Amino acid sequence: MLESLNQIERQALNELEATQDEDSLQRWKVAHLGRNSPLMRVFDQLGALPKEERPTIGRRANEVKRALETAFEGRSQALIQAAVQRSLQAERLDVTLPGRPIARGRLHPNTQTLRRIYRIFGDMGFQVFRSREVETDEYNFELLNIPAHHPARDMWDTFYTTTPGVILRTHTSPGQIHVMRQYAPEPIRVILPGMCYRYEQVSARKDTQFNQVEGLAVGRNITFGDLKGTLTDFARRMFGENVRTRFRASHFPFTEPSAEMDIECFICGGAGCSVCGGSGWLEILGSGMVHPVVLRNGGYDPQIYSGFAFGMGPERITMLKHRIEDIRHLWMNDLRFLEQF
Amino acid sequence: MKIPLSWLKEFVDIQLPLPELARLLTMAGLEVEAIQVVGLPMPTSADLHNAAHHEIKIEGLSWEADKIVTAAVYEVMPHPNADRLVLCRLDDGQQEHIVLTGAPNLYPYKGLGPLPEPLKVPYAKEGARIYDGHQPGQVLTTLKRARIRGVDSYSMICSEKELGISDEHEGVIILDPDAPVGIPLADYIGDAVLDIAITPNIARCASVLGVAREVAALTGQPLRQPDYSVQMDGPSIEGLASIEIQEPELNPRFVLGLAQNVTIRPSPYKVQLRLKLAGMRPIDNIVDATNYVMLETGQPLHAFDYDVLTQRAGGQSPTIITRRARSGERLTTLDDVERELDDFTVLVCDTAGALSIAGVMGGAESEVSANTRNILLEGAAWNFINIRRTVSAQKLQSEAAYRFSRGVHPAMAERGVRRCLELIRRWAGGVIAQGLIDNYPLPPRDPIVEISASDVRRWLGIDLTPQEIADLLARLEFKTEIIGQTVRAQTPDHRLDIGEGVVGMADLMEEIARIYGYERIPETRMDDELPPQRNNLELEREERIRDALVNLGLQEIATYRLTSPEREARRFPPGAAPDDLPYVQLANPIAADRYVMRHSLLSSVLEVVERNARLRPRLALFEIGPVYLASEEGLLPDEAPRLAIALSGPRAPAGWQAADSAPMDFYDLKGILESLLEDLHITGVRYEPAEHPSFHPGKCARIRVGEHALGVFGELHPLVRVNYELPETPLLAAELNVRALIALTPDRFEISAVPVFPPVLEDLAVVVDENLPADQVEAVIRQAGGKALADLRLFDVYRGEQIGAGKKSLAYSLAYQSPERTLTADEAQKIRQRIIRQLERELGAQLRS
Ligand SMILES: [Zn+2]
Repeated sequence: MLESLNQIERQALNELEATQDEDSLQRWKVAHLGRNSPLMRVFDQLGALPKEERPTIGRRANEVKRALETAFEGRSQALIQAAVQRSLQAERLDVTLPGRPIARGRLHPNTQTLRRIYRIFGDMGFQVFRSREVETDEYNFELLNIPAHHPARDMWDTFYTTTPGVILRTHTSPGQIHVMRQYAPEPIRVILPGMCYRYEQVSARKDTQFNQVEGLAVGRNITFGDLKGTLTDFARRMFGENVRTRFRASHFPFTEPSAEMDIECFICGGAGCSVCGGSGWLEILGSGMVHPVVLRNGGYDPQIYSGFAFGMGPERITMLKHRIEDIRHLWMNDLRFLEQF
Repeated sequence: MKIPLSWLKEFVDIQLPLPELARLLTMAGLEVEAIQVVGLPMPTSADLHNAAHHEIKIEGLSWEADKIVTAAVYEVMPHPNADRLVLCRLDDGQQEHIVLTGAPNLYPYKGLGPLPEPLKVPYAKEGARIYDGHQPGQVLTTLKRARIRGVDSYSMICSEKELGISDEHEGVIILDPDAPVGIPLADYIGDAVLDIAITPNIARCASVLGVAREVAALTGQPLRQPDYSVQMDGPSIEGLASIEIQEPELNPRFVLGLAQNVTIRPSPYKVQLRLKLAGMRPIDNIVDATNYVMLETGQPLHAFDYDVLTQRAGGQSPTIITRRARSGERLTTLDDVERELDDFTVLVCDTAGALSIAGVMGGAESEVSANTRNILLEGAAWNFINIRRTVSAQKLQSEAAYRFSRGVHPAMAERGVRRCLELIRRWAGGVIAQGLIDNYPLPPRDPIVEISASDVRRWLGIDLTPQEIADLLARLEFKTEIIGQTVRAQTPDHRLDIGEGVVGMADLMEEIARIYGYERIPETRMDDELPPQRNNLELEREERIRDALVNLGLQEIATYRLTSPEREARRFPPGAAPDDLPYVQLANPIAADRYVMRHSLLSSVLEVVERNARLRPRLALFEIGPVYLASEEGLLPDEAPRLAIALSGPRAPAGWQAADSAPMDFYDLKGILESLLEDLHITGVRYEPAEHPSFHPGKCARIRVGEHALGVFGELHPLVRVNYELPETPLLAAELNVRALIALTPDRFEISAVPVFPPVLEDLAVVVDENLPADQVEAVIRQAGGKALADLRLFDVYRGEQIGAGKKSLAYSLAYQSPERTLTADEAQKIRQRIIRQLERELGAQLRS
């Protein structure tokens, strides 16, 4: 009887080896662990065995049953693994094929640059103040210390409208007067973004329409040193932590003293390249201490208050950062251009 | 302003290398835009390096000291084989050469035998590098030995073009007779020219002296003032001329000097060279003297032919009268233009009439000619604002007007006349009449400005002692006096840009900062009181709209805001009522098709669609920007922000897999708008059928929220589409009022609780009349469903035989839900029945089985 159990076990295990799929495995289970299997018949016959043989045979039969069940489980797992492997093998993709195209939206590069400027100055406590584009001569010039017929007017080529005294603003500076008159005598820290217009022949570097971001800080204790510090902080955040700035004397009728800020060329690191014209410096913005006449026109006593102002061209910044050769790309809206941002 | 270095050095010692000098001037606000080397050695790379990081273009030609020298021509001989060539017997200081040249200005000396006085010339030896005179532009060449028409040639007498002085190649340079022989030409006339941009505030620097003063102040060197003394050997000027000034405000000073028995001839070569390097054309010794003094001191001068004036005065001594032009008065100026003058134009006249436009340009009749013997020299001061007005009204520029329109101090008038008289005496001979006639009714005030150490601290953020402040100002010739902590500074009488009081204080700040050095002022962070912090809701919400649309897959664009009514009319079909609202119109447009500020953002966006239609099959664009609505009464237009959207092409971008290539339609755009409004949390939105000339009458809707009209959208009218070069696919467009969007965006919104109990889901299809708007069906379902109806979604619209003509079936999926418990099937059934009953009763809808 024991021999027969050994025989049953050997044969079952041999046959298990031969199973290759779920079907043959199930058939094996019926044949070797099913109710009519030789092993089960051994259990059925246990009662008929002599009393002293029963424990031995019974123990052995249980051992064989457990062995076959364990082997079945093992085989079953192995077959599942093999099947998974086979199907995974069959489902191999070419991962180098392109992804499904998405209709992606994008902000215009002008907006992207403006937002970056808002963000940097926002962190320094400057809020955004906007004012109109179609302006009076008074706000665009006279209140900014540029009287009629003054030679300083040659600095701005102006679009006049058919309404006398009404022009397209040539800079965002009229906003300085608007914001001061609105908030005097509070201290002021604002930036004034917006579209400006110049009566100029269009070229790769200049267009009749352009954005400008003006800045204005007015208070009781604001110095030229603060101007340098604030704008250098801006330059470092905009162009790189280690970028160097340079302030050159310049002239704007609404600031005194006036300064141009150059930054060390971030493309060549100051060594000279085609972008900076070999000079190593890039002109970024004009600035200065707010002229006493402008402070007074804004409602601030220049004996008590001082302030600084600056103006920059975000398009120029965009062009420098992305090596855009022609400013007109920013208004042409060719999607082959815009889709690169 | 072009400043020759040699001239500058007459007034100040300069030890700095050129690039460093340029950097110093640039940092102080006199931007050196270029340096033209004319003969002097090029700056070394070490010099360039030390001034590194400075934007400066250095070009030009250096003359090799051993190869380009001064020489003397002793005889000009005919060429044996060529009429147009001559042979010069020349001494270069070392040996004699026979030099071949074709210079026409040597022909007069041909065959005269040994010249009584040798001609001094620039001489380039074999191997010298010069510009090729026969090629256009500046092409470097090296002198090589050649045989020309049987004569050996290895060297050259040079023209200005060959030496990089000018474009002149008609003849060779003939130097002044006192030129030494055999020294490097660069040592004799070598130069370098600084091209400096003069901003309006530094008009005083539009002269060699002005720039020299800055160099002196910046380098701490003393300034050598020009010598204004004149050798006056003639009769007294008293009684020989007189001056009558009618408008001292416009003509604060007028000075006359008289030079008698002059000889008109060319100026010395060195003078001509300086004028050329400074960008002016030499004329004759008299005109050159006036220009030379103008370039040197900044004071423009005018030379009259004294005898012409006397003749005009009927043989009497002339009276110069300055007055405004009479309206309609005419004058022919030196440029041969007869000009009609404005009543603000100031004229220099005599008793017979107008002679010149004051400060701008002379008249033809009284100008100096080859026969002139006696010169009446004018040096005057004019109101700069008035001169600028005249310049722009007459569209007439001149070197004099350039300076007068920026302001020349009246004190300079006398100095200029004196300096010029002395130069005339030297260059044109004759004698100078004793004394000047000086009418000076309105001397300027030369402000005295007080500035304290604490002002400097407050404005510049640096601590200077009163002594330091005074020293800095003294370098620019301010007369200073220290009183306690305050410096009293008297403005020097060569500048008009310093104001009074606090304005003057700021003006001095700039001078102090410039001379002290912007670079030395430390960078600080503001420690002033922070202003009240305020939101800019309008901007925040505008940017929110941009973000929402970008998230919905749209590309932002930015267009020109100037357009023309004709361009904008394309947004309407032919025959539609024109846009007759007033435009903001330019008085001086640059482009014929951009002369008004736009009325329609849609129009701008459609132009961009057109531009890209052939490049991209699928377009989804938007722009946010103002339109300009001029009002009949108000001065300034309403700048009303708009949002315009355009969509066209396949719904999904094409890839290598199947995609939804059906063209986008009305509902694609509506989906975007719905999502936008959802994103902004704007509720209570209604869509109404609308009529709008730009849109297809059956595919156009207006968006309303309460009383606000947000805008219109729809499919572009087919008759509008053909106005643009567009493909056949439908174009969907919207133009919305951004102010309304911003106003309707709530400051805050509340959410509904996330449900705890599961919903009962079911579908409901109803058949209604074809022309019943779907939003009415939805409204009834929502009303009947009440609070229990948690969600309602249309998932099918069906038309067909099954339901009969004139009908449509709308299929909805509904979700019933209670916040308190799971609804039973019974309860759900009751809600459903309520909805069906109400649909039947109110809309005559049939449940579709
Ligand atoms: Zn560079």
